Amino acid sequence: MTTRIQDVETRILAPLTGSSRPFWIWIGVLLAIIAWGAVAYFIQAREGLIVTGMRDRIMWGLYITLFVMFIGASMAGTFVSAVLRLTGASWRGPIVRSAEMITVAALVVAAIFIFFDMGRPERAFNIVLFGRWESPLVWDVYGLATYLAGSLLYLYLAAIPDIAMIRDLVPASQRLRSALYRAYAVNWIGTPDQRRVLLSTLGAMAIIMVPVAVMMHTVTSWIFGMTLREPWNSPMFGIFFVGGAIYSGVGLIVIMMFIVKRVYRLNDLITDQHFLKLGYLLATFAALMVFFNVSEFVTLGYKTSVDASFYITQMTRGSMAPVFWIYIWGGLILPIILIALPWTRNTKGIVVASIAANTGMLLERYFIVVGGLTVPLNPYEPASYFPTWIEWSLMLAGIAIFALIVTALAKALPIVAIWELREHEQEQDLEHARRMAEVSA
Amino acid sequence: MTDRRLSSDANSSAVAAENDRKFKISRRYLLKLMGATAAAGAAGPLIPGVIASAVESINSSGDATSDLQDNNSPASARVRRWMMIIDQRYCDGCQSQGTAPQCTQACNDGHYVPEPMEWIEVYEHDLSPEKEAYPGQEPSIPFDGTQFIPTPCQQCQNAPCVNVCPVGATWTTPEGITLIDQDRCIGYRMCMAACPYERRFFTWGEPSTPAAAHHVASSPEHQVSLKKGVVAKCDFCPEMARAGKLPFCAQACPQNAIYYGDFEENLATNGAGVVSISEFLAEHSATRLKEELGTRPRVYYIPGHGELAGRDPKTSGRRPVTWIDDENPETKTWARDGQ
Repeated sequence: MTTRIQDVETRILAPLTGSSRPFWIWIGVLLAIIAWGAVAYFIQAREGLIVTGMRDRIMWGLYITLFVMFIGASMAGTFVSAVLRLTGASWRGPIVRSAEMITVAALVVAAIFIFFDMGRPERAFNIVLFGRWESPLVWDVYGLATYLAGSLLYLYLAAIPDIAMIRDLVPASQRLRSALYRAYAVNWIGTPDQRRVLLSTLGAMAIIMVPVAVMMHTVTSWIFGMTLREPWNSPMFGIFFVGGAIYSGVGLIVIMMFIVKRVYRLNDLITDQHFLKLGYLLATFAALMVFFNVSEFVTLGYKTSVDASFYITQMTRGSMAPVFWIYIWGGLILPIILIALPWTRNTKGIVVASIAANTGMLLERYFIVVGGLTVPLNPYEPASYFPTWIEWSLMLAGIAIFALIVTALAKALPIVAIWELREHEQEQDLEHARRMAEVSA
Repeated sequence: MTDRRLSSDANSSAVAAENDRKFKISRRYLLKLMGATAAAGAAGPLIPGVIASAVESINSSGDATSDLQDNNSPASARVRRWMMIIDQRYCDGCQSQGTAPQCTQACNDGHYVPEPMEWIEVYEHDLSPEKEAYPGQEPSIPFDGTQFIPTPCQQCQNAPCVNVCPVGATWTTPEGITLIDQDRCIGYRMCMAACPYERRFFTWGEPSTPAAAHHVASSPEHQVSLKKGVVAKCDFCPEMARAGKLPFCAQACPQNAIYYGDFEENLATNGAGVVSISEFLAEHSATRLKEELGTRPRVYYIPGHGELAGRDPKTSGRRPVTWIDDENPETKTWARDGQ
């Protein structure tokens, strides 16, 4: 038992002590993409948003799509560490830390995409100086700040015992590192008192983070839901976004889990069972999304008001039809089939389903934003939108920043919460001993 | 459309010059018009004496713009409630003039509105619903007409754009006009998403403001030089009204189809005559755009399709508007729809 865990620990801690060649190549690629994005952003800052495909009629595009996408991705950590903690799913152990890292990174990148979309980014601080509580955007900014602070705190609190462990491992010769780990370990030595405080704080945080996450995703939907546009002007938008966030969040955890398993060679720790359990969740939320989409289209399509019928025609056989049908068949139905069929109900199948789910959700957010804005509010020929290379570059740069933040966090903290792992192991040992005692008695 | 696309070509100055001759509102005319605004009593379509004298009594009691922020002082206790009536029975989309809509042209020229914004845009609305209901079929009703809808900012009293602005860069004045502070706007375009009339525009690039515009004082009430990366729209010209002048669009309408007035006085004028607002609206079953949304616009429409201007509703088409900056091919311009 103990040798197994020690072996796992060495593999988890290895990246914290040294960096391999592939790691530096990975970092180099990410930095190159970010540098390319910086060039694109420089051009945009100099010329104005005219370098994008957006214009007066379709005034939001890929940036807002990605903002919504990354807000959705942030659901990953909260779901695993809060929802699964509260529901007592003990198998979440090996994936909690990486999921929480996703949350923090996704929220930072979401904030960056708000910034990309501003005509006057240098005035961003006006939101603090002159913020009006009536504006959904202010709800969003403060919601995001709260969510990010909460997620950072959660990530940090749950990492304190691990930070203390690293503090004891770092040689004193590395002054800065040992000083940093010592400061952040806040004198953790693992006394029963400390453990009690930490565990109750984590429990409280788990309870707090669930409503905060629901709020964040709802408020994001209200940027659209608070307008008088079809189909945004809909009471089900908040529910739609929360459902979509959990769906894409679960998918992202599966992808992350697969990468961690491969990179850290944690085959014994992350098993098919983990993928299977998340796969069932993924299929459930895919079904829920199908239900939401059917609800929306049947209620709008039955009555066919002018705007609604334009929207539905555009989605089903108009300019958005490819995006829409790839989303429905590839993004929702395919994952359900992959998880339903016994032949594909395995790690590979579930990873494919998760990639399909996240691609589908990116398309969904795109057609919500662009498709919603295409519905003409005045008598004119509908406008069209297609992102320019600047927007594509900033999209890639955003994804690269996301990957970079996750990589950096994984360099500073063990990718798997070791103390929770040990605890889980101890519990299992105790359980095992008790069972044996019962049997022998 | 082609007219202004051409303008960015090097050999377009000839086209621009020809356009200038063609259109009634020339730059010279406009400068004269602007001069008239400054010099009280000059010739031109003035707001009739009743309103003008009332305006004067307010003006004499202090700074005209003081009632923007502060209407508590007794002198400005009477707050104006500016409004507009657009008589569609007279609006032929300037087909009879053979020009682009003169309201749009005058507004663009007077405010130096950069391309391709049309703060007051004349939409052509298809009046044959049967055609819409059965696409591809011959309409069962042999009616195939259109009407023109000149659409300025609707000056909503429950303005969705004001509600969603995160920084208070757009607000409704006590006079009921929604204005924009270009120096505070962060350019996130939330208000553009919220406006159900699409009356808000964004300066996507460096706006093509001609040098002449810099000699005119710009304020939220009279926007002439726009900045990059902010939202702009029709400001309803309250400053001109206070000076006893009609807005550019109302002045320029060859059919006098645009009335500008004050609910407080219950009077509106198109430059040729004065009407009692309440009677005029009731008599002609005036409506407002998308009234059911509850935005409570201050712009009223008297339904019609240019019949009193002698327009045949079956004649469709509107001439494209040319811009004041067409002289300067170096200026960056952008198309509205992203094509």
